[in-house]
Amino acid sequence: MLQLSDDDRAMLNGDRGPAPRLAMSILVRMADVYGAAELMDISQAHIDSTIYLGDATLDFAERLAALGARVAVPTSLNVSGVDECGWKDWAVPPDWAAKAARQMLAYEKMGAVPMWTCAPYQTHMRPAFGQQIAWGESNAIAFANSVIGARTERYPDLLDVCCAITGRVPAVGLHLTAQRAGQMLLRLAGVAPALQQDDQFFAVLGHLVGTLAGDQIPVIDGILVRPAEDRLKAFAAASASSGRVALFHMVGVTPEAPTLDAAFQGRAAPPAIEITTADLRAARRELTTADGQPLDMVILGSPHFSLAEFSLLAPLVAGRQVHPRVKFLVTSSRLMKARAEESGVLAPIVAFGAQITLDTCILASPMLPPEIKTLMTNSAKYAYYAPSLLNTRVTFGSLADCVRSAVEGRVVRDESLWRIA
Amino acid sequence: MADRVIAGRAIVAGNAEGDALVTSDALSFWGGYDFHTGEIIDRRHPLAGVRAAGRILAVPFSKGSSSTTAVLVEAVRAGTAPAAILTTGVDAFFALASIVADVMYGKPFPVIALEPVDFASLRSGEQLRIELSGVIRRI
Repeated sequence: MLQLSDDDRAMLNGDRGPAPRLAMSILVRMADVYGAAELMDISQAHIDSTIYLGDATLDFAERLAALGARVAVPTSLNVSGVDECGWKDWAVPPDWAAKAARQMLAYEKMGAVPMWTCAPYQTHMRPAFGQQIAWGESNAIAFANSVIGARTERYPDLLDVCCAITGRVPAVGLHLTAQRAGQMLLRLAGVAPALQQDDQFFAVLGHLVGTLAGDQIPVIDGILVRPAEDRLKAFAAASASSGRVALFHMVGVTPEAPTLDAAFQGRAAPPAIEITTADLRAARRELTTADGQPLDMVILGSPHFSLAEFSLLAPLVAGRQVHPRVKFLVTSSRLMKARAEESGVLAPIVAFGAQITLDTCILASPMLPPEIKTLMTNSAKYAYYAPSLLNTRVTFGSLADCVRSAVEGRVVRDESLWRIA
Repeated sequence: MADRVIAGRAIVAGNAEGDALVTSDALSFWGGYDFHTGEIIDRRHPLAGVRAAGRILAVPFSKGSSSTTAVLVEAVRAGTAPAAILTTGVDAFFALASIVADVMYGKPFPVIALEPVDFASLRSGEQLRIELSGVIRRI
């Protein structure tokens, strides 16, 4: 039976105005669904409901905004449905752009920070270890929980904003220490360090783990390298696309898993499921749906490209040119683009012929013209969703493969590490 | 022979009747469901190309995008949503979509959690009636 605080009841009764009443009424019904005994405070939120899909998402945003909704905690905003400044360069219908912009405005009016990024954890609004937060956006949820050790349930669109307006969440699930213990064990078996160092490895592993984990919290053992943050970001995004991973533990890598024992919070680990090099090869093959060499576009940046990723890309493209038949697009945030510009790594990327889209991505905005049929990417998330959402074929490869393919105007991949020995 | 009556747990209560569409594979509605047509479009899913609008969709749980709820609410608004969703556990995404569809449009759809053994007994094409109590009858 749900016990509400005096504040919760005041919101539910409308004493704090109509917007907190609406948000709290939804939250209370959801607390029953979750089986929560009480609500608890959060100190930050990230709203994924910003993505314009159609009239319903716009109705919801504008209804809350019209009721005078204000966020109660520091709140960042996820990608929107349109690149506000750059959409005219693409195939976005003007009606879509107008409605997506209205939806952006509605959330801005609530006092949230208009960051428009799916990688809020790489901005100044990165939460701290142990911080209680309510985040939407599947990749961000998995990253915040697993890589940072902040605590959020897997929040769906439209609930994230209710949490932000009330500053409250059902006290259940991943907010609670005991619910964060690992539930299944996956162990890399004989996967060579050289392969683990390859820049496709963590995205491929994430794709595979997502398909294996079901609704469990996976613990991954046998990582022999120290992955850069963007590789863990790629893992999180991949596992939250092919699966429903909201929290993973990587033994010796992520903060709640310094040891195998810690990952299971002292409970006995279940028998390990082995992941072999052959399993990883098969998972990598799944990420490619195209055959042959035709290439219309290289697409990078899901989740949004970071400064570190711009910095890796710059020396690869310096002095080269994108093939005239191929587009090369990087999706990122305004903040990261500005940082890349300041640090001098953006100039060679633009000189190479790359375009930059901000605020959104090719999955969230109908920006690609119909003649774009074949994509190449180093993002497992783009590779997972593009065939279904965009009716395109896709090739997954390394960052260097993507650059070389864009220059040559055809798909080329260095298979030396992934070829069957 | 399968039981005629299944005792489900009403996560969001409601009445519905229709033919079952059953899968053992989780589904993300964002990137997996076209709310303009009511068709499952995730090419990696066994039900790719199948229309789920108006049917009783049995899917163990949601996966993938947080926007699954938003797509489902769009589908309710557009009249292309499943008539009900049956799951193996409590899935907050499907429940929230139904609750928001109720708040915004007065059109909730039943979301019923089943024991895994009952879920496994479901077959695509069989006619089901969902009652307010969460009881599901094969008709």
